Amino acid sequence: MQYLELIKNLSFVQWTFYFLSILSLFGALGTILSKNPIHSVVYLILTFFTLSAIYLLLNAQFLAAVNIIVYAGAIMVLFLFVLMFLNLKKESNELSQNSMLISATIAGGLLGLILIVAIKKAETIRVNYNDFDPKTGMIETLGKVLYTNYMLPFELVSVLFLVAMSGAVLLAKREKGDSHF
Amino acid sequence: MDTVLIVKAIIVVAIFAISMLMALYETYAERVIAAFIQDRVGPDRAGPFGLLQPLADGGKLFFKEDFIPTKADKWLFILGPAIAMSTALLSSAVIPFGDTIIVAGQKIDVQGMDVNIGILWIFGIVSLGVYGILIGGWASNNKYSLYGAIRAASQTISYELAMGISLLAIILMTGSLSVKSIVLGQHGIDWNIFYQPLGFLLFLTCSLAECNRTPFDLPESENELVAGYHTEYGSMKMGLYLFSEYVNMFISSAVLASLYLGGFNYPGMDFVYSKLVGSFGEVTGHNIATALGTITLFLKIFFFIFLFMWIRWTLPRFRYDQLMNLAWKWMMPVAIVNLIITAAAELSGKPLLYNWIGLAIFAAIYFGLFPIFKKKTVSAN
Amino acid sequence: MTLTNRSKKTDNSELSIVENTYFPGIFKGMGVTIKHFFSKKATIRYPEQKRYLGPVFRGHHILKRDEQGRERCTACGLCAVACPAEAISMVAAERVKGEEKLYREEKYAASYEVNMLRCIFCGLCEEACPKEAVYLRHDKFVPVFTSRDQVIYGKDQLVEDMSDRYLRDAWTKEDMAKLWIKQ
Repeated sequence: MQYLELIKNLSFVQWTFYFLSILSLFGALGTILSKNPIHSVVYLILTFFTLSAIYLLLNAQFLAAVNIIVYAGAIMVLFLFVLMFLNLKKESNELSQNSMLISATIAGGLLGLILIVAIKKAETIRVNYNDFDPKTGMIETLGKVLYTNYMLPFELVSVLFLVAMSGAVLLAKREKGDSHF
Repeated sequence: MDTVLIVKAIIVVAIFAISMLMALYETYAERVIAAFIQDRVGPDRAGPFGLLQPLADGGKLFFKEDFIPTKADKWLFILGPAIAMSTALLSSAVIPFGDTIIVAGQKIDVQGMDVNIGILWIFGIVSLGVYGILIGGWASNNKYSLYGAIRAASQTISYELAMGISLLAIILMTGSLSVKSIVLGQHGIDWNIFYQPLGFLLFLTCSLAECNRTPFDLPESENELVAGYHTEYGSMKMGLYLFSEYVNMFISSAVLASLYLGGFNYPGMDFVYSKLVGSFGEVTGHNIATALGTITLFLKIFFFIFLFMWIRWTLPRFRYDQLMNLAWKWMMPVAIVNLIITAAAELSGKPLLYNWIGLAIFAAIYFGLFPIFKKKTVSAN
Repeated sequence: MTLTNRSKKTDNSELSIVENTYFPGIFKGMGVTIKHFFSKKATIRYPEQKRYLGPVFRGHHILKRDEQGRERCTACGLCAVACPAEAISMVAAERVKGEEKLYREEKYAASYEVNMLRCIFCGLCEEACPKEAVYLRHDKFVPVFTSRDQVIYGKDQLVEDMSDRYLRDAWTKEDMAKLWIKQ
């Protein structure tokens, strides 16, 4: 009865939030449970979408858009791109080995334990609704913070990207006497 | 509040209906323009001037057998065209089809939604559009479909980069990601194309590539891949793929018109506005002025659609290595140069003048100095 | 050897720096297509517009009668022999007393059939005929048929109507235009 009352009193935003959460959990479960890697990727895209929608609920529009562009739009396309080159007919039987199963269970359990402890220990910051700036997630605020408080890490990340990019170019470069195709 | 919601709902439904109608008649326009360019007359049997031809085509597609190959992945096979169509329709939400209309004393935007990440929204949705092709092509379980899908993926990703960088120059000039403020910043004839001629060309080329139109229609190149990613499709699923291409074309024409040709702005709009307000009163005059702006925008969109089709029936398809070379070795560096020029011009305070000076210097270096340098390296060898 | 004076030498030299931007080629091509966009169309919208066919056009077959209304055909079978598509078949019969008004010769075609699915409208029957009996009309098409039992044309469809005699006139374009309008 108590729970029924609770459900009745949910606001529209809360309804949306719970719907999106259930959908994203469904996507996440589908990602790890489906046997076909392509299906996993499609479920993962669904998860990214619902996460973006949750960002929108938090009024973090820029984050939502970037999440879609970078993760759903670029990285997952490349994932799919690579998966399509693989021969998917061959069943991978790694999981059927006992040692693999045991080690996977232990690793997963440890990760779960750490997460539970971390969440328990973490102090929840109560947002003061009266002086909270609703523009926190907007691109203007984000840009200001990135280029003032976090200037150095931001630039360092760009250098990291540059290094990664030149590394990729180097790897893909044709060597002398090397014949491709 | 209620009237605002109702008017907004009407606007959203109208935008949806107009995009569908435009796509419908783009198929007709495509056939007529193709015919005219080839000295023929095109479809003229169904209705006056063949205007009912799209309905006949649609009816034919609807009544064909809805076929799913045995070894295809059934759900993904259905999901492919659905994604293609829905992503194509989603991006029209942030395009301002007009200024504001006054209903019951309140100003309402003629736009699905005015978010401050508008251009990113379009960009994100466009990058999702490739999933429709990718998933459909893979699910068909046909090697030609797969080739088409893979080509679509690599092509879209490659051209998104040059597109994004040429877009950055526009964002730099306006200082906002909202499409509405970008359009409002081009009041009168102060259009972005005069500041960004190079950026406009880059963006036009990239939007051709993103729409999978000739000369970039490698995903469906019919002389190599049967029909590319939609080889196994028939009936209305195929129809959705074809339709989404035309919706995409409409949307990218609208985006091009909004970003570079001033959207609903036209020369002498202030004069027209004051005249209209003077003779029809504050409310009616304002609404008529907005309608005129919308008509202007649609004229620009028609121009771009014509341009797209004109290009399609003129240029041959690129070879695959040419496509990739163009994207990575030419358009991306040029887009970066354009961005640097724009940034410098914005800092100078006289963007129009310095943009052109920058472009002239770039052209002089490229066309003047580069051949000399090249000749030297050749003779040194 | 050149077949036409319009042939152009292929040029395999490297593109210049300006040509390498693709723009000169693109603009040239776009110019060509837009010129064709506004040029006159070659299409003739057939059922409404008809082309001038000329008096030598070969259409619907006709079995001519002479001035007194007698059938000229004597069922010699030369047309059937000449026919490369073997579309013509006939049955001959002897003229009996009292039929002199109907048939010019002593022998006549009791039935004369042209299979229009086989006929290629070459006009060889016309040339083979010693009696100037069979002709291909210049002013009438064989109508469209939709089933196979409409395909074989018998004497009822082929023999000339005396009230509407066939004459090979219309020697100019204007005459021909009038003729098509009449139909």
